[in-house]
Amino acid sequence: MSATTFPTAATPLDPATRDTRPTLARLIAVELRKMVDTRAGLWLLLATGGLTLLIVVVVCITGEATDQTWARLTEAATLPASVLLPIIGILLVSSEWSQRSALVTFALVPHRGRVLLAKLLAGVGLAIAAFVLCIAVAAVATAVTATTAPGQWSLSLAMLLQILVNVVQGMVMGIGFGALFLASAPGIVFYFVLPIAWSIIGEIDALTGVAEWLDGSKSLDPLTDHLMSATEWARACTTLLVWTALPVVAGWMRIRREELK
Amino acid sequence: MIESDGLTKRLGGRVVVDDVTFRCEPGTVTGFLGPNGAGKTTTMRMLCSLSEPDGGSARVLGGRYRDLPNPGRRVGILLDASAQHPGRRGREVLAVSAQVMGVPEPRVDEMLDRVGLERSAGRKRVRQYSLGMRQRLGLANALLGEPEVLILDEPANGLDPEGMRWMRSLLRDFADRGGTVLLSSHLLAEVEAVADQLVIIGAGKIRAVGSRDELLAGAGTLVEATDAAVLQAALERAGLRATPTGSGSFIVDAKPEHVGRAALEGGVVLRRLGPSESAGLEQLFFELTSGAGGPEHPAVAAAAANHDLAESAR
Repeated sequence: MSATTFPTAATPLDPATRDTRPTLARLIAVELRKMVDTRAGLWLLLATGGLTLLIVVVVCITGEATDQTWARLTEAATLPASVLLPIIGILLVSSEWSQRSALVTFALVPHRGRVLLAKLLAGVGLAIAAFVLCIAVAAVATAVTATTAPGQWSLSLAMLLQILVNVVQGMVMGIGFGALFLASAPGIVFYFVLPIAWSIIGEIDALTGVAEWLDGSKSLDPLTDHLMSATEWARACTTLLVWTALPVVAGWMRIRREELK
Repeated sequence: MIESDGLTKRLGGRVVVDDVTFRCEPGTVTGFLGPNGAGKTTTMRMLCSLSEPDGGSARVLGGRYRDLPNPGRRVGILLDASAQHPGRRGREVLAVSAQVMGVPEPRVDEMLDRVGLERSAGRKRVRQYSLGMRQRLGLANALLGEPEVLILDEPANGLDPEGMRWMRSLLRDFADRGGTVLLSSHLLAEVEAVADQLVIIGAGKIRAVGSRDELLAGAGTLVEATDAAVLQAALERAGLRATPTGSGSFIVDAKPEHVGRAALEGGVVLRRLGPSESAGLEQLFFELTSGAGGPEHPAVAAAAANHDLAESAR
């Protein structure tokens, strides 16, 4: 083919970009942008930030001195992020299908797995950024309250890691549910309802043994509570495998085949 | 260059695209015509690797679309102007595409200018756009990467007559500079004025392929007399096959000279006599797409034969 180009405007385009595949880093940047450039995405982020500040302020004013340590405040500050960020994750995938912008997305990047990977990494990036911000906000709050509680500034790296796992798992699970349902409303509803339903079923005596391993409200709870034992990690990982990894893999398989409406 | 080679697609147990073969050459505008549900959209999606064919193959610029490293910089696509997130601003839609393609951001504003969207419109959310504005935005999106090929599905939908004229000149200009254009429509009038080549599809099957002039030339003569009944009798006596168009005129499968002679012998006064042009094509389009049967119109057989000749000559 001859390399004819069609200059249609003043800004010259670099001919080299014609045959340069967009890098994964660029696709991740694009997905991060898509999280905040719609009204829904922007308000969810603002709400997360606002709630985080609110919770920290409330703990500072009304909390016990033992709750006003950097570690406890960090844990409290991540609560909104762990609940609301997954919705951004769900919408990041599902809105492409319900709003059908996937037509443009997949026309520009005709490799669906690559787009989903970029969305996953962008989601994890946002979760990590939110987590770092939470630590910073908690640090300011700790300095302001300045109680004399022992170990006020002690922060265990292992504990931080657990809290981070909790925030990131929510985001990844959200993206998985978004990919699995490919529709915003069912994605969000099932993200919240399925785990609750499973918790209720887990109350049946015969199932309590299984629930310990597969019910996130039991097995993931220690992540933000205390340093976990090996058994607790094994339980948490089992839950993560079923509730997070499985939806992502199933959703990825669905997206690969799904006909665009 | 766009090549569709025997593309076939089954959806829900129904064959929606059945062995569709055609090609679009650089420097030409190809009109892809057919009624709604004829398989145009599905075919175009297969061309762009958005849908996996059950048979046949599609090639764009000599290879599979999905193998293009940065497709947005080679092929401009507008498959559905409504397929945009309503909560995103118009300009932002283009900025996102520009970022994926690695196109500098100033180009986004140039494209908004190019398609006639004001800066204030660019700041609005797509939710507030009319269909015509969405079409313009979609076209800007397709042109963003300075492509060599344009694939546009029903781009004239929602455009006003002025917008349609504007789009025609844009596409003509694009093709005249060596670009390849494939645009679909369910309305003949939309593509007739701009397309060099027509591909007519009905019920998933190709009904006619040929240059616009070929299809027009073969479409016969349009004739209208002060007395339709006398004219019809005269044409019958001369052994000419005439089809009433419903408005008192006939399309005759013969040259204007022969039709004129028949009218003279029948002693009937003519109001109109000439190549049927669009009237013929319109009827052809109607016949081809409404009936479930295969090619019936002589023009189609001729066009098909020409097409086969062209194919075997390659």
